[in-house]
Amino acid sequence: MTNWVKTKNNTKINLADIPVLDIENLRTEVKALNKRPVAFFGKDWGNGNVRLFVILADDTSGDLYVSSTIFGNLQKSYESFTQDIPSFHIFEREFYEDFGIEPLHHPWLKPVRKNQDDYTFFEMQGEEVHQVAVGPIHAGVIEPGHFRFMCNGETVYHLEIMLGYQHKGVEELMLKKHSNQLAESIVGDSVIAYNTAYSQIVETLKDIKISDKAQLIRKLALEMERAAIHIGDLGAIAGDIAYLMGASVFGATRTLVINTMLEFCGSRFGRGFVTVGGVNFDLSDEIMEKAKKTLDKVEKDVDRMVKTMLKNSSVMSRLEKTGTVSTERAMETGLVGMAARASGVPIDSRFDYPDKWMEKLNINKKVFNGIGDVNSRFKLRYKEIKESLDIIRKIFKELKNLKSEPVLTYSDNDFTKDSFAISIVEGWRGEVVHIAMTDDNGKLSRYKIKDPSFNNWFGLALAVRNNGVSDFPLCNKSFNLSYSGNDL
Amino acid sequence: MLIKLLNLLILLLVPFLMMGVIRKTKAFWGGRKGCSIFQPLWDFTKLIKKDFVISKTTSAVFKISPVVNLSAVLAAALLVPMSAGTIILNLPVGFVLFAYILGLGKFFSLISAMDTGSSFEGMGASREACFTTIVEPAFFIVIASIMAMTGNVTFDSLSKIFTNTGSYGILIAIFAVVALFLMILIEGSRVPVDDPTTHLELTMIHEVMILDNSALDLALFSWANSIKMLLISSLIANIIIPSSLSQWASVLLYLFVIFAISVIIGTIESGMARIRMSHVFEFVFVMSSFALVVLSLVVARMFGG
Repeated sequence: MTNWVKTKNNTKINLADIPVLDIENLRTEVKALNKRPVAFFGKDWGNGNVRLFVILADDTSGDLYVSSTIFGNLQKSYESFTQDIPSFHIFEREFYEDFGIEPLHHPWLKPVRKNQDDYTFFEMQGEEVHQVAVGPIHAGVIEPGHFRFMCNGETVYHLEIMLGYQHKGVEELMLKKHSNQLAESIVGDSVIAYNTAYSQIVETLKDIKISDKAQLIRKLALEMERAAIHIGDLGAIAGDIAYLMGASVFGATRTLVINTMLEFCGSRFGRGFVTVGGVNFDLSDEIMEKAKKTLDKVEKDVDRMVKTMLKNSSVMSRLEKTGTVSTERAMETGLVGMAARASGVPIDSRFDYPDKWMEKLNINKKVFNGIGDVNSRFKLRYKEIKESLDIIRKIFKELKNLKSEPVLTYSDNDFTKDSFAISIVEGWRGEVVHIAMTDDNGKLSRYKIKDPSFNNWFGLALAVRNNGVSDFPLCNKSFNLSYSGNDL
Repeated sequence: MLIKLLNLLILLLVPFLMMGVIRKTKAFWGGRKGCSIFQPLWDFTKLIKKDFVISKTTSAVFKISPVVNLSAVLAAALLVPMSAGTIILNLPVGFVLFAYILGLGKFFSLISAMDTGSSFEGMGASREACFTTIVEPAFFIVIASIMAMTGNVTFDSLSKIFTNTGSYGILIAIFAVVALFLMILIEGSRVPVDDPTTHLELTMIHEVMILDNSALDLALFSWANSIKMLLISSLIANIIIPSSLSQWASVLLYLFVIFAISVIIGTIESGMARIRMSHVFEFVFVMSSFALVVLSLVVARMFGG
């Protein structure tokens, strides 16, 4: 095992312990280990050298494998990993874009978020083939992104998604001045997930132990976020197929959840809730009682509306077999999170990289047998809403035993020097991965963020193939990916 | 004369109210308060006051189309019996002229959409043209069958359907009404064929064709579209309302039927998702099949026992 260092989620390792292999050796090792890539990123290693880190995840044992290689300043290319393991495709594109080291024989070497002027679209020729260009400015209040469809009549043959309009250099900003405020602003609908990942990584690198109560409240907030966004998305899916009643009911129900969040912390999206050292707000008994009642009502409303929709044939004919991503495709392209689970890939970092509470509260992973169509993503959301509400109830019960504990731990600790840590949090969209490194002065020297959207945008492009172009918005809504999380 | 003036007033105002009632019904089913039923009228007056934004790629076609489309719809409206079975402009012309005046309006709205050069609008125009080619023959079959029955080619004969045909008349009326109602949904771009409230360009049919139109042009297109819905509703009303009623009772019943149709449209839009684009043809063919039932009933009545 000298070619890899084995670590866990939220565990600090010495930078010096990470092996440096030569690139061909690393390639062979990655192929031999055959695990899911969660990160593949470079760091400026001085004198024009670039160090490439690879992190693979074993979703069954909860182990993370880290290794690296160094490219000398004259070494500007290598044989791409994607040829053998397709799920590396987006990581290698990003690495190429950031450091100019070209993965040779990469099948789809296009810009990820920078250099959009150089973007060349895949084109099809034929009398019946026409192109439809959508965006970057869209009708409705959504983020910018350009979509290029190759259609034959109403059928989409190929979709290409060009992003990067939201690129703002978050990773560099993190090095300049990192804060909870910055972390929670990266992806506006995953405030808790991002803020938790950031807080955990800082706590890991500073050796701060947070109280049980704080851990539970963070977990509660994360599940609230998941429930709220999923309910909102059910409403958005209903809206896209012009099923008005669903859109209205889910819209109103989501408001109940986010207003409960407002009572918890003063922000409907949970801004300012989580902080390094714990959480900023304690939950009083009255607030919890009231929240419990509200959430019971939420569950009842969601149950009723989902059942009504699943019984409505006009709704089902829109959802079923629309935008399908098969299990094989999902594994191959490396989809993560909700989109992967809907396609029958049972990865969920809450259970795969668990904290102590999952066992203590008796929360178990229930596998979802999805076939990867919009219907599966719709039903999976419903299932996850139910599970989240269940977890929230269990946490309320547990919190009663921890009344006297503080929610915030103060600490003057500095970062441990020359360290490396990974924090994975399962946001509602999927795994939010933060990786941080410190230098010999005890300062952050690299901060890497991977949003689930980074993996999943390609899944959306695959999903719409051979579907009607008018079903694209529905497929898009069923994934609901983040532009900002991809563009960083 | 008084009735004709009243009809003219109905023609100009009721389309807005129809839209208002549909929206109010949708709000009711969605558990919302909804805006006033006069809102579409206020929207119209608001749009009139706005400045035009016209794309540089467009030609004169784009500029004249809203007016041509509205004029065509209004001209067609003059030939249709409205309240009390009264036609505003009673010319000795048949329903074929009516259908093709409407067709002219649609032709201009299609080429105006193509004129913008936008890939969305071309897509919308091709969808609209596709559905029209199926709706038009179905419409002809329904109306021509009824007229064959009465031996008269003007719309006057619609209300005589019960007097001439006995018990067959009821069946013919039911199927004709359903066929025409489906035509309202298709021609008026309502759910389940189209979604008038969506902001998603890729899924639109009618809305995407007028995406580039602004200010007065947009107002005229929307108005023309709702007048078209009133026209077809008027045909339904005149099939249902017996000609034996007194004039004012007939007017009231007419307004009630229009109101009821709006409420039904609003209810359908609330309780049903939109059909997948590739399945819309099947829905349009349902109208055709109802039309064929009307035809076969008429044939059975005329040549059968």
